[in-house]
Amino acid sequence: MKRRDFLRNTSMAGLAALPHFMPGFGSGLFNVSPWARILKTTANLHDRVLVLVRLDGGNDGLNTVVPIDQYEKLAEARPQVILPESEILPLSGYDSLGLHPAMAGLQSLFQQEKLKIIQSVGYPNQDYSHFRSSDIWMTGADADEVLSTGWAGRYLHYEYPNFPAEYPNDEMPDPLALEIGATLSLTVQGPISTMGMSVFDPAAFYELISGIDAPVPNTPAGEQLAYIRTVARQSNLYGDVVTEAYEAGANLAYYPDNNELAEQLRIVARLISGGLKTPLYLVSISGFDTHDNQVDSSGHSQGQHANLLRQLSDAISAFQRDIDQLGHADRVLGMTFSEFGRRIIANNSNGTDHGAAAPLFVFGQNVSGGVLGDNPYIPSEVFGGDNLPMQYDFRSVYATMLKDWFCVPESDIESILFSDFQALPILDVMDCIPTASRERHQSAGLQLLAAWPNPFTEKTTVSFSGQGRVLLQVFNGSGKLAATLANRYFPKGEHRLDWDATGLPSGNYYIRIQLGAFQQVKTVIKVR
Amino acid sequence: MDRRTLLGLAPKAPPIPASPRAVRFSPLAPVDSGLEPYQGPWELSQVSHLLRRLMFGAKWEDIQFFQQMSQPEAVGYLLTPPAEPPPVPVNDYNDEGFTDPDVPFGEPWTDAPKIDFIEGRRIASLKSWWLGNMVEQSLSLQEKMLLFWHNHIPVEFTAVFSGRWNYRYLETLRLHAQGNVRALIRAITLDPAMLHYLNGQYNDAGAPDENYGRELQELFCIGLGPDSAYTEEDVQAAARVLTGWRVDYDTDEVYFQPSAHDTDDKQFSAFYGNTLITGREGDDGALELDELLDMIFANNESALFICRKLYRFFVHHEIDSLTEELVIIPLAEVLRNNDYEIMPVLDTLFNSQHFFDYLAKGAMIKNPMDFIAGLFREFNTAIPPRDMLSDRYEFNGTLVSFCKDFSMDLGDPPHVAGWPAYYQLPMYVKHWITTNTMPRRAEFIDWIMGPGISTEGFEARLDVLSAVAQLPDPGNPDVLVDTALAWLYSIEAPPEFHDQLKSILLSGQLSDYYWTDAWSAYAFNPDDPAAQDVVRNRLQSFFYTILQQAEYQLC
Repeated sequence: MKRRDFLRNTSMAGLAALPHFMPGFGSGLFNVSPWARILKTTANLHDRVLVLVRLDGGNDGLNTVVPIDQYEKLAEARPQVILPESEILPLSGYDSLGLHPAMAGLQSLFQQEKLKIIQSVGYPNQDYSHFRSSDIWMTGADADEVLSTGWAGRYLHYEYPNFPAEYPNDEMPDPLALEIGATLSLTVQGPISTMGMSVFDPAAFYELISGIDAPVPNTPAGEQLAYIRTVARQSNLYGDVVTEAYEAGANLAYYPDNNELAEQLRIVARLISGGLKTPLYLVSISGFDTHDNQVDSSGHSQGQHANLLRQLSDAISAFQRDIDQLGHADRVLGMTFSEFGRRIIANNSNGTDHGAAAPLFVFGQNVSGGVLGDNPYIPSEVFGGDNLPMQYDFRSVYATMLKDWFCVPESDIESILFSDFQALPILDVMDCIPTASRERHQSAGLQLLAAWPNPFTEKTTVSFSGQGRVLLQVFNGSGKLAATLANRYFPKGEHRLDWDATGLPSGNYYIRIQLGAFQQVKTVIKVR
Repeated sequence: MDRRTLLGLAPKAPPIPASPRAVRFSPLAPVDSGLEPYQGPWELSQVSHLLRRLMFGAKWEDIQFFQQMSQPEAVGYLLTPPAEPPPVPVNDYNDEGFTDPDVPFGEPWTDAPKIDFIEGRRIASLKSWWLGNMVEQSLSLQEKMLLFWHNHIPVEFTAVFSGRWNYRYLETLRLHAQGNVRALIRAITLDPAMLHYLNGQYNDAGAPDENYGRELQELFCIGLGPDSAYTEEDVQAAARVLTGWRVDYDTDEVYFQPSAHDTDDKQFSAFYGNTLITGREGDDGALELDELLDMIFANNESALFICRKLYRFFVHHEIDSLTEELVIIPLAEVLRNNDYEIMPVLDTLFNSQHFFDYLAKGAMIKNPMDFIAGLFREFNTAIPPRDMLSDRYEFNGTLVSFCKDFSMDLGDPPHVAGWPAYYQLPMYVKHWITTNTMPRRAEFIDWIMGPGISTEGFEARLDVLSAVAQLPDPGNPDVLVDTALAWLYSIEAPPEFHDQLKSILLSGQLSDYYWTDAWSAYAFNPDDPAAQDVVRNRLQSFFYTILQQAEYQLC
């Protein structure tokens, strides 16, 4: 029997029909009420979607958005990879810069004012390690700071603070974030658990059997076990929702073949059109670490980098066309990011080494169009280690997405990004999510935990209700355990515990409760 | 008769470690044991823990074999590399529509010239060969260690795109896998696949390519630990030291080309004690490599970094300050005191109280090869033998693609940092389990317990009858449940689950003899299809239920 046939006919006599002796993954508290499907409102205008497109490896910004007014100095500094000036695609209204010849699709989006170019995005004290710098971009950390939560994970935790207790529910029946691929990235890591799920083939989900649901031991093994069970549970709970949306959805535009990014974006468009309210999608394309053979020596507008940018440009323009035709253009926005740009000078392997700031694209009907920022300046004598300085901090781009797209009040942005980054003029959005809608998001699910006052100066009182074994811990903003408030049995009823944080630095703290199968996190802020 | 006696175990400590009930509701106790030699029982639970970590899965007969020895003898046995490497990979990929013009069917392709349209098949052949070696591993750490090093200093087979070079890379790893770390890093620095993969061979005095100089420090030797403080200038200086190494694409010869070497002095930062590597002219430029490695390995961070990587691969992903103090720092000292020979480190770690601590058991999640090869090995399920060339190529290729579905593309990690399970905060090994891979692992169990995996001339499925026949007293349902759980799980399962499994064996009846009789009938007449069916149906459900629990994913 071929594998595919088997997958289609998984009947497995004697196996599928196992008796369920115990409360399992799919039973009890976590079941969606039968009303959920009926009450489920299809996504509306306020259910905004952000698609993050990761360019893995560090994209060479100088060959992506070319500063034509610096061309001679660039030709001097990087003769091994310089693009032929005549082939650079012009951008109407902007004489001094153009796009890589392979990006006709993005050129056309720019013409339609559906593409915004932001120049020289980066952060102070650039780290040149792929892994550190990717982490920095995904978490929104400073260069010398290690965070274990993702910026989008923190936003989703702000929007849906009770997740995952009694999720999915009528208010939010869909996954909070979907990554198309096998794994989940740090971007959607929340304060205690990941806020997203990964999907490889939304057309076919596998129903896991119900299993042991007894308390886990309080050991490292128990911690792994609880995680695996949560994944299994979510996979079962959300699998149907995603498959249903995929089946209900459609694609109206043509997507290019042999383009992995296009295939991922095609799935995203179809899920959006199928009615998923999921606010965040992650897709990625890798291969941008072009130390060698970035360009063909016979013609610099061809080669590895050209192929990657062609895929990127073709995929995004197909996606945007699809979203336009599907009638969802008002609620969908996308942006690209990469861990860094590349060095100004090239090396002798026709490639470039790790660099610093680079341009970033934001696409969708709601961008304001045009170019934000000035061309990078190339000195007349470039040294080996010279890099492009940043004009915009990448967290200002995030702050813009939070403020202007997801309508987070300015006063709350700091609690998500840990610093007061100003928003940039990128979007052209008229209205915002009604306050009532946010309140519904924030109260969806089961609230286990409260803290008052919040913000607080020295002490705050943590309250919860419930019966059973309770583990109550406090983590600081970078994920280190700051205090264990309780780890014992509590009788039925309302419980209050004081947390005295005198002497601890001010900032964000996460109070985490684990009560049986439930866990939840409450963000509190200590102020001076 | 108590459970111990029934299990046929020495009447010392209980066969299952002290009931987690005692610790389940206490605060998470720190693992406060260190590298002192392990003192404690040497029973099913400890032997299977050791085998799951050092090999792929714990086979019942292997457990029996090692239980006859003392614990240190068992570790010593596992640390002894096999006398012979596995037989070289051969052309097993010719088929009706494809013929390798240079290598006859069944002959080794490892010395054949590179031909672009064949390399894809040779790489598939190499992956299939490698996976086969793991499933059929000898009683030795070697294959697990090879995977450790592949994750630590990887190339991507598809990027190198030469079967011959990839094979050579793997054999370089094998040669040094349990030898000297410095020698391994030197050999890999000058390995054709690595010179190609991280652009060393393009690294040129005029415009150095920093790729290898950076990863040598960041990913292979120094890391980004809290006390790592090498600078961007150190990366550039290392890249300049490494200029001039070239590989001949036809002869595989690695040579030094003085004209491509940067002969200026290379100044390193205070992190490296302000080392100055004096630029050398001509052939002497090649000598700078050893000065660079001496400088790197003289730094305390390198031993600490390697030990942390070993710990994260073999013990647990979480390294808190106590673990750092009790395990990592003293282990790094062992590494340094032995001039970077790795055997004393492995010997110390795998014999330690810390390694056998009950809190360390089940603290890992099986990686995709632990899961796949483990299932085959635990159920004595054979893969096609080496002389069934095409079947083995196709069969193992299927397993390779399952492994890829579980997000481990053997030979093709996502990038030069290896798999995120072993470096990416804060999830680490949890990366192996996602809403995507978890259902796929479950599906794989359906697959090999149900229709099986087959090729034209070969078929494999888990044989639950023979798996049970080797266990003690299989007719006693309580013993069978206890034994199976203690064997296949690294932590204790709750009593309710015991009852659920027993009730599967008894088909919901209350008296044990329903199962005992059924088993006796089969044991008395194993060829009787009806008797076989009765026990097989129940054992299918029984093992299916065990394997489909989250507990089985723990390592």
